[in-house]
Amino acid sequence: MIVDLPSTDTSAVNRKMVELRESAGAVALGRVLTLVISTEDGPGAESAIQAANDASREHPCRVLVLARGLRRAASRLDAQIRIGGDAGASEVIVLRMYGPLSDQGGSIIVPLLLPDAPIVAWWPGEPPVAPAEDPIGAVAGRRITDVSTTRSPSKTLARLGGRFRAGDTDLAWTRITSWRALLTAALDEPPHEDVTRVEVSGEADSASADLLAGWLASRLGVPVERTSAEVPGGGVGAVRLERASGAVELRRLDGKTSRLSQPGQPTRRVALPRRTVRECLAEELRRLDPDEIFREALENVPRNGSRRSSRAKVKS
Amino acid sequence: MSRPGSPTQTWTNPLRDARDKRLPRIAGPSGLVLFGVTGDLARKKLMPAIYDLANRGLLPPGFALVGFARRNWADEDFAEVVHDAVREHARTPFRSEVWDRLAEGLRFVQGTFDDDDAFDRLAATVTELDTERGTNGNHAFYLSIPPDAFPTVCKQLSRSGLADSTEDAWRRVVIEKPFGHDLHSARELNGIVNDVFPEDSVFRIDHYLGKETVQNLLALRFANELFEPIWNSHHVDHVQITMAEDIGVGGRAGYYDGIGAARDVIQNHLLQLLALTAMEEPLSFSPHDLREEKIKVLSATKLAEPMDETTARGQYAAGWQGSSEVKGLQQEEGFPSDSVTETYAAITCQVDTRRWAGVPFYLRTGKRLGRRVTEIAVVFKRAPHLPFDQTMTEELGQNALVVRVQPDEGVTLRFGSKVPGSGMEVRDVTMDFGYGTAFTEASPEAYERLLLDVLLGEPSLFPTNTEVELSWRILDPVIEKWHREGSPDAYAAGTWGPRSADELLSRTGRVWRRP
Repeated sequence: MIVDLPSTDTSAVNRKMVELRESAGAVALGRVLTLVISTEDGPGAESAIQAANDASREHPCRVLVLARGLRRAASRLDAQIRIGGDAGASEVIVLRMYGPLSDQGGSIIVPLLLPDAPIVAWWPGEPPVAPAEDPIGAVAGRRITDVSTTRSPSKTLARLGGRFRAGDTDLAWTRITSWRALLTAALDEPPHEDVTRVEVSGEADSASADLLAGWLASRLGVPVERTSAEVPGGGVGAVRLERASGAVELRRLDGKTSRLSQPGQPTRRVALPRRTVRECLAEELRRLDPDEIFREALENVPRNGSRRSSRAKVKS
Repeated sequence: MSRPGSPTQTWTNPLRDARDKRLPRIAGPSGLVLFGVTGDLARKKLMPAIYDLANRGLLPPGFALVGFARRNWADEDFAEVVHDAVREHARTPFRSEVWDRLAEGLRFVQGTFDDDDAFDRLAATVTELDTERGTNGNHAFYLSIPPDAFPTVCKQLSRSGLADSTEDAWRRVVIEKPFGHDLHSARELNGIVNDVFPEDSVFRIDHYLGKETVQNLLALRFANELFEPIWNSHHVDHVQITMAEDIGVGGRAGYYDGIGAARDVIQNHLLQLLALTAMEEPLSFSPHDLREEKIKVLSATKLAEPMDETTARGQYAAGWQGSSEVKGLQQEEGFPSDSVTETYAAITCQVDTRRWAGVPFYLRTGKRLGRRVTEIAVVFKRAPHLPFDQTMTEELGQNALVVRVQPDEGVTLRFGSKVPGSGMEVRDVTMDFGYGTAFTEASPEAYERLLLDVLLGEPSLFPTNTEVELSWRILDPVIEKWHREGSPDAYAAGTWGPRSADELLSRTGRVWRRP
């Protein structure tokens, strides 16, 4: 069900929510968190809502979408409430803000937050300079950015890293969870030798490759070389962990499959599909505590100086 | 003692960190050998669960699944059977890239259980997989077969060397209920299995224990301040543990006739639920500590006497199951028309500890009951003093905390509330927590969790030998009594059991919850 409330205010929205709960019984109280999506109004907003709806099947939540419209217009708030089939397992409140009001997202959400439930902020597009200092980020316990959607992911990541606060996280990090899991499992197997050198190759501006290199550097304490290579579809191309008896190598073959080779084991292909925004968001919502491993990875991202371009290209 | 195959104590993987909660635990290199691939369980639960695990990226690269059956199949035929099973029953969406990788590791070995040659071929296949797929000698054998075939298969596994664990390669065996049909036969069965596999390599599957709600019972009790203080005989009046099924046992005569509801369900599922409900707080959630507590509480549990008044059994007769007309047990195909097998069983247990002294635990299960439901209801005593007069609280029942195990997993709390109006009238209301609405619709199937635990060598959700034997010790007296006493009471299909079951509770002024 979709209810439009044009040119309205937040107390009217709240009244309508209670009314809908009483009449339709549609809005349950069992929500576990409030997800605030901060975005520019437009097609991007709708795809973010879609991803949130999908993720809500795993984490029923109240989704507040702050869509910033024309700033030159007069102050106005248009609200839309979606519940039931139009909102996955969540309830979605889209708030379109115009004029001077569009910078007041921080105060607009206050009356609409669920009592006592954790607040998660998500910027599907360009993130604020310092998410934790943003008015919306400041009330949120967890702040999700997605630097891969920005013009220069690597640089944006470095910028966010400089202003990092506990509770920050980025989908570029979430996208490499499967890579990390496979590499970790590979090292579980004997021979249990020390890794002596690491190479991570990926697109030059891939923040995920940066983070993977940073993570390996922070965990292994050995030189990590971040090389750039063309990868079909972008992102991480290959990781090579060198050890005395030979190297463990995980290399992406195409968008869905990778190849794992390690000494003493047959070379195998492994399903490694690219993760969708919906999957990443669901994983983010699963853990609401500060991600210290992410912080350590972020601090250890190899700086530009240590990068070189590699001729090795990933086959498509 | 470190398990074979687990990393040695001195070496820790630098990439692992307890704080890194995103990293899933992927099973190490390993394979699964499945006996009984043509069975319902294999097709509807096990094969889909294996695919779902693969789809979630939790199976090791190079995972191998070997099927063993009498059918004259090639590897491709087996692959097709698995494919169809996955397509039809898997929980997660079908992705060809995941399936292709899984399919590379599918093998089939044709043979019967008494065929030495077939097991030698199986051994050869397993060795081949170790080099081709890198399963490194780690294999689990899932015996989805009738228990009377266990001795033969175990002997064959031992003869062909398949059962031998070494320092760096494990072999494990997974068995399904029934774990015997009384204490004596359970011991015999354990003897047969333990001759070949040491106890720490034996995984007994009770799929109820893999359910999220059952694990949540531990979180509910031990992570909250709210419930534990009243979780004792001072406040609890009695506990009802119910597992009701609406289906009959038509088509399962070979297994069910002579076994009956008590052996089929109470011995394993319900007594395990009782143990989790009644046990003391474990020192930690390690498998060892959890088992210690379950064993303690099961050792303190026995049937309440006299059994004539504390037990009831029934057998369904023809009737209307909701909107369809159904046959009685004696008319079901394969059952003798004078079958005395019970399809409904209710028992009263007492737990002789300070915490539970005087609190009866009523356990009931049945086929062709009103609807399919499994739940644990903790019913509290009435408030010691009511500052209201009788008319005000006429409709107030006892407070209850109900853990709904299936379907619609969750927790219900029932308490009194004022009816709106000028007068004071108190009536029961319920407060509901739906697992599905607060968390995940996509909660993994019990078998996924359990299969992964087998591959990881993580035994906390599997009952041990001792627990199985203790359960039989509790149940044996009533089974013997029923065996002596002829036929069970009839109840119409689609109702909540025989009248004797209602009388069982009404003797002490209690009633069964209508779940």
